[in-house]
Amino acid sequence: MAELPAVEVKNVDMHFKMSKERLQSLKELFLKFVKRDLKYENFVALNNVSLTIEKGDVFGIVGLNGSGKSTLLKIISGILTPTHGEVVTRGVIAPLIELGAGFDLELTARENIYLNGSVLGFSKKYMDEHFQEIVDFSEMEGFLDTPMKNYSSGMIARIGFAIATMTVPDILIVDEILAVGDFKFQEKCEARINEMMNNGRTTVIVVSHSMGQIERLCKHCAWLEHGNLKMVGDCDTVCEAYKSAY
Amino acid sequence: MESNNSRSFFGDFKKYLPLLQNLAGKDFKLKYRRSILGIAWSILNPLLTMLVLTVVFGYLFGIGRGTYADVPDFAVFYIVGASMWNFFSEATTGSMTSVTAAASLIKKVYIPKYIFPLEKCLFALINFAFSLIAVAIVMIARSQFPGVTLVMLPVPVIYCLLFATGISLFLSAVTVYFNDVIHLYSVVLTLWMYLTTLIYPLSLVETWKGTSVIMTVVVTVIKYNPMSMYLTMFRDVVMNNTWPSLEQHLWCFGYGILAMLIGVFTFKKLQKNFILNI
Repeated sequence: MAELPAVEVKNVDMHFKMSKERLQSLKELFLKFVKRDLKYENFVALNNVSLTIEKGDVFGIVGLNGSGKSTLLKIISGILTPTHGEVVTRGVIAPLIELGAGFDLELTARENIYLNGSVLGFSKKYMDEHFQEIVDFSEMEGFLDTPMKNYSSGMIARIGFAIATMTVPDILIVDEILAVGDFKFQEKCEARINEMMNNGRTTVIVVSHSMGQIERLCKHCAWLEHGNLKMVGDCDTVCEAYKSAY
Repeated sequence: MESNNSRSFFGDFKKYLPLLQNLAGKDFKLKYRRSILGIAWSILNPLLTMLVLTVVFGYLFGIGRGTYADVPDFAVFYIVGASMWNFFSEATTGSMTSVTAAASLIKKVYIPKYIFPLEKCLFALINFAFSLIAVAIVMIARSQFPGVTLVMLPVPVIYCLLFATGISLFLSAVTVYFNDVIHLYSVVLTLWMYLTTLIYPLSLVETWKGTSVIMTVVVTVIKYNPMSMYLTMFRDVVMNNTWPSLEQHLWCFGYGILAMLIGVFTFKKLQKNFILNI
């Protein structure tokens, strides 16, 4: 029996109501409402997009700036709710969108590791088991009880990456492959991501403007243009078409 | 494990329980970091406020001289009520800005958003627990000992927690759209406090009833104010050794459920577009 796909995107529409001016006060809203002066512009970020990503696939999304790639990723990871349509995901999703988003710089690294783990939905017991692993990977042993406001940005990113990739998630979302830390740590990060891509269980969704990276990593690909799904299929075929179109 | 975009509102609550604990723990640690007395402030603060108010109202205005049957001792009367009022005021003001303050997180990771107001309520509840130590100290110092009704202590607390959580959900959702709420609520809260039987007993204002239409309205508002009801029930079980009546239970529970319904409904309705507005 074939396994159920990891991600199913069914007829997803995403509309943004963009008010021409941002109303910050009740008085303004009230006045505009009375004067029937509320202006909205409907912006269609995604238009009837349907996709199926199989388990274990490495799936690339290409498209120009503003074509809806990030919106689609945010919908898949559950941050945005689509206007119409449905998204079904099976498994734990690890967002790699921005490292260290959940850190409170007043707290120490030790406290932040636990806090960030719980942001990703891990239990305390699970974090206890993996604590040492995170510390070893980030090579921050000596600074664990220092408040993170005293860390350099590279040090913060190291901890963030170590937490995000500590687990082998079912679905890993990579928005532009990271450029953190020194070259040695970067190599370590890439090795970690490659390891996940090759284990056959993790589904990886990659967004990148580097065609070389997409061609090197992905098996399948989708091409978005102005919110429309232009083409889905075999990576080489889609990339060829994408490159020749511009 | 399967999920889709119509996640149930309180569905993945269990998964995010550790987050709730960690966030509350973080707030607690940060509140007293770099202060010498640290946690002791949780107890000292209500004690010192009580001292000031006891001098002003208890002695200068004479509420504490046995004039009113429901105020056997002003210091005790005040601190018992204040612990609950402070819990409510801290929970709601904290929650109000909790969603907007968590903007950076909400934009990047999927987290059920109700976690943030809920965490502030939990944090206020922890502080409330500490302030009970101050209550105990004052009661012992004034040799006003509680009776068997003390076993009912959690009941008014749970009712008040329901009420505070409902209001918190409502405020935190509305604040995302209108910052005005922050300024407005601080005024509302002050007015609300004066309309609550916090620094005076209900029997004091009831003597005003019938003097004029406005006064009668004010007294009715004070009497049926949910916070007055919670404070009364809390004082009944902690210091008056009185079992709350069925009527009291129904009012307190009813207000709590009503606030929860309004809060959950509003939050659920508005949370879809939070991300576009923070």
